[in-house]
Parts: sequence; structure tokens; C-alpha cells
Amino acid sequence: MLKQTEGSRAVAEAIALCRPEVICAYPISPQTHIVEALGESVKSGQLENCEFINVESEFAAMSVAIGASAGGARAYTATASQGLLFMVEAVYNASGLGLPIVMTVANRAIGAPINIWNDHSDSLSQRDSGWMQLFAETNQEALDLHIQAFKLAEELSLPVMVCMDGFILTHAYERVDMPTQQQVDAYLPPYEPRQVLDPREPVSIGAMVGPEAFMEVRYLAHAKQMQALERIPQLAAEFKQIFGRDTGGLTHTYCAEDAETMVVAMGSVLGTIKDTVDEMRADGHKIGVLGITSYRPFPLAQVRAALQNAKRVVVLEKSLAVGIGGILSTDVRMALSGIQLHGYTVVAGLGGRAITRKSLHKLFREAEQETLQPLTFLDLDWNVVNKQLERERSVRRSGPAAESILRDIGTVASKIA
Amino acid sequence: MFESRIHGRGGQGVVTAAEMLSIAAFEEGRNAQAFPSFGSERTGAPVVAFCRIADKEIRLREPIMEPDAIIIQDTTLLHQVDVFAGLKADGYILINTSRSFEALGLGDFIKGRPAERLCALPATEIAIKHIGRPIPNVPLIAGFAALSGLIRLESVVKAINQKFSGKVAEGNIAAATEAYNLIKTRMAEVQHA
Repeated sequence: MLKQTEGSRAVAEAIALCRPEVICAYPISPQTHIVEALGESVKSGQLENCEFINVESEFAAMSVAIGASAGGARAYTATASQGLLFMVEAVYNASGLGLPIVMTVANRAIGAPINIWNDHSDSLSQRDSGWMQLFAETNQEALDLHIQAFKLAEELSLPVMVCMDGFILTHAYERVDMPTQQQVDAYLPPYEPRQVLDPREPVSIGAMVGPEAFMEVRYLAHAKQMQALERIPQLAAEFKQIFGRDTGGLTHTYCAEDAETMVVAMGSVLGTIKDTVDEMRADGHKIGVLGITSYRPFPLAQVRAALQNAKRVVVLEKSLAVGIGGILSTDVRMALSGIQLHGYTVVAGLGGRAITRKSLHKLFREAEQETLQPLTFLDLDWNVVNKQLERERSVRRSGPAAESILRDIGTVASKIA
Repeated sequence: MFESRIHGRGGQGVVTAAEMLSIAAFEEGRNAQAFPSFGSERTGAPVVAFCRIADKEIRLREPIMEPDAIIIQDTTLLHQVDVFAGLKADGYILINTSRSFEALGLGDFIKGRPAERLCALPATEIAIKHIGRPIPNVPLIAGFAALSGLIRLESVVKAINQKFSGKVAEGNIAAATEAYNLIKTRMAEVQHA
């Protein structure tokens, strides 16, 4: 059914249709609306056979999810930013133990400086945690990916993060097509655990593994993600059969056929990029887009196939690997091993900095003219940066950088973007 | 695509106004996208919310910097925030005030702008009358529906019923109806003038 609703509410409804049995979460913006809505539906009895467990921290949230999943329950949680960092030890345990938990990450920056706005630093920090990571471009995709995520996670016995841009998607009202319970039931069978803690058939989960077998257990985690590379497109095809929508898969291309310049990105910024590309196409520019839905496992072959005929590739990412540059772009470069083309890393939108068509037009034209630097920070205010660098050169006790920069900038409450 | 920006203060229902506008547009069969200017909202602090309405899927995620319409819920913002930033030359302005544009010191600003797209609405008074609280968001979006002709009153009513229930919904519907009719009447006067 078509409805106009908030992204968080839409995701909460989709989660409820997946019949989770345990939901545990600790509130943190911008994820909070999702678990609030789920808490309401558990309390009202609308979501049956589900226990909503209030926990005292994100570490407890993931620990409860681990216990619930090991006990044979379909388990769900959601977090963001510092919340994700606080649960990291348990995040690795969930995947290491092979427990198919689904978690929404409402992507948000990581402090310091503290910042509640969107970028991809949080989930990308868990790149190597063994969780699969699927990125949503729209709220429709976010809700659809959650339904696929339970199926993917449970088939492979491996946890999945569904990543949606905090605020930009979670707090946006837009049109979504909400599936019926019947459709979701037809797609997602009841959870059949590979391993379960059951007093009637006692087993232990979480053995200490020494050098004799640790490598083998870890390799299996990798092998499962390689299986996921095959399974994710199939799950998208099965999804289309029941729901009638193209959602999910490993990657999506847009205007890519004859593109000389390809822009690679993840998440909601793809919408703004596509609008920019439409305008540039109308002016005769040969530019296209590769959106990456599955960040982990990373679809090296599909990325290579989509980019190999381009003359240049611009990876626009909402993340920064301090000391080297891009995170996503490192993976994209790996996919392009041995292919000679110009590669540009663009770090954009950190901490909620708006990514505008105006800036993208300028950026993409600079890429076409090959005047772009290999590593670019989109819309970085060099005056502000240079002033602080100068302060640090001239005064030993220059004070805290963030505070000094805020003083230099002055009030921002009066600015629109 | 029609882009609106709503300015107000925390507690005045700015974000809810944008959301309801998007629901009303959805009820008209259009695509709509509403989103707030994601801040740490505090009561009284300046808040901005955005709403896009279009006939095809809306993919754009940037803030609205060149709006077709601006709704101002609180005139004290006029001296604090650049509320009119980027407004198109033929854009709509709807201000919550019982005073005139000239009395607000906007006489020079509106020179040359189309009179039938500028409107002052005593939305706080209408809200107090019907809801008993000074929350001007619903009368303003109903007023905007009348001013722009983009949305029918019944779609605004549907949006109200989706957001509120019981007495609050009833009061808001009464407030919306009064605001809508007031502006329709005033626009008829402008056209005959």
C-alpha cells in the first residue's frame, strides 16, 4: 500500500512484518524513531510474539541480540555513531559466532568533535567486523533491504547491517509502498537456526579456538561472504517476483553505457548525483553513475565490469580514512587493479555538510577536464583551515582546534545550508 | 518541482508542518518529500523544514536553497535569520502575523514582487481560537494551500487526521478551514483590486 511516511516509521513497519521475536535497543539519534515505533507496536500487541528488551547500553543491546539469536530467536537492533562504537566488541562476536542478527545503522558521524549529523564513518568503521553491509538509497530501498536482510542473514548464518543515511532518510517523509504481511511471509520463511542453545539438546557456543583452527574458522566467515555475493542478486530477483520492485542486489548503474566519467557512491547522495548527471547528460556530457548497495561483501567483479570502460572514475564518499584519504575508493581501486584510468577520491558530506548539485556540477566538470586533485574535500573552507594552521604555527598553546574554528566562523544558526 | 521552506522556532510545529504538507500533496497524487534541517532542536531555537512536491520521483537530497515559497511562522526570525535567502523572484511568501508586510519593515523587500503571492495570516490567533494553543503550523499550511492553489483543503484535512486524532484533530481542522477561507477571500479581493 502506498503511503507518505517517515523513513524510520517505514523501516519499523517493515521490521514488524518480518516477525522479529526479540528487539533490543538503546536510544541514539538518528536511529531512535525506528525502535520507538517498534516499541509501540510490541506494547500495543500489534506485533505479536515479540519481546522488546530495554537495555542499559549499546554493548548490552548487541549482547542481548547475541543471546536471543543463539537461543533461536529472530533478533533485531538498531544503532548509530558512538552507539555502534560502544558495542564493537559484541559486534565482532555476533559475526564470529555466525549469528544472523539484523541491525539498522542510521549512519551518523563519529566524534570528536561530537556531531549528530550524517556521514558513513560509523558503519564503515566496522568494515572488517564480518557483518554484511547493505546501503539504502531511498526509504523504499531501506524498508525493502531489511526484508531481504533477514533472509540473507538467516540463510548464511551471518549478521547484516542495513545502512541508511541518518536524518536524510530516517527523518524524511516520502512515499513508500508498504508490503503486505502475506507478501513478506511468502518471501521470508520462519527462522531455522543452524545452531541453537536449547536445554533439551545442550551445546556450547563460543569455544576458545587456538592456533590449530582459528584461521579455518575465520576463513569460513570469508567464504560465507563470498557465497553472499552470489546469493544477494538472487534474493533481489526473488524479491522482485513477490513485491514487483527492483531493490537490492550488489550494485546499480545509471547512464553508464557510454560514460567516460563514472561516479561511484553509496546511499542517499546517489539521488542528488543522478539529478546532476541528468542535467549534465542534457548538455552532452558522457557521465554515468555506479551505486554500491552491497559494501560488504564488496562486489569486486561487478564494480570492475561497471567501470572498466570509463576514462575516469570519481569515488564520492561520505567517509575519510585519516592518513590516506578514502575508504570506499580504496576498495574501488582494488576492483580496478591493472586497469589504466584516472581515479579521483572525493570526500564529501562529512558530519552532515550538504552535498549540492551546484558543487557536484563543478566537481564533475573538473574531473572531466582532469584538473581535479587525486584527493579532494568537497566544499572545504580553506580559509578556515589555513587560519587554524597558521594559529598552530605561530602559537604553541593554540587551544582546542574545534572551539577556535567555531569562534572564527561565528553563528551558524542563521544559515540555511 | 515546487519547493517550499518553512521557518519557525522549536515548539511551533515547523517540522510537522512540512510533513503534513507532504502528506497533503501525497493525497493529491503527487510525489512529495519533507525533511527538517536536522539540528539539535530546542524550544525557541530557529528551525527550518523543507518540502518538495513534484509529479515524478524526487531524488534530490540537498536543502532547498532557491525556494518557490517561504512560510514564516515567527516574525521575530526576520531580524535573526536570512529567511528569504534564495527565494525566487516570483516566489510565494506567507507570514504568520496580524500586521502588514509594510508594518513588518518589508515594504522595500516586496517591491516588484507579485502581490497575489504575498500574504499575511494571523495564524497564531486562529490557532489559539480553535486549538487553545499558539501553534500556528496547521493554519499556515492551510493558508499556503489556498495561496498557492497547489493543494485542496480536503487534502490538508486528511493530513491533519493522519497526524492527530480526537479534539486536537477537530480543532486543527476548524483552524485550517478558517485560514483557508480567509486567504481565499483575500485573494479574490486582490484579484478584483
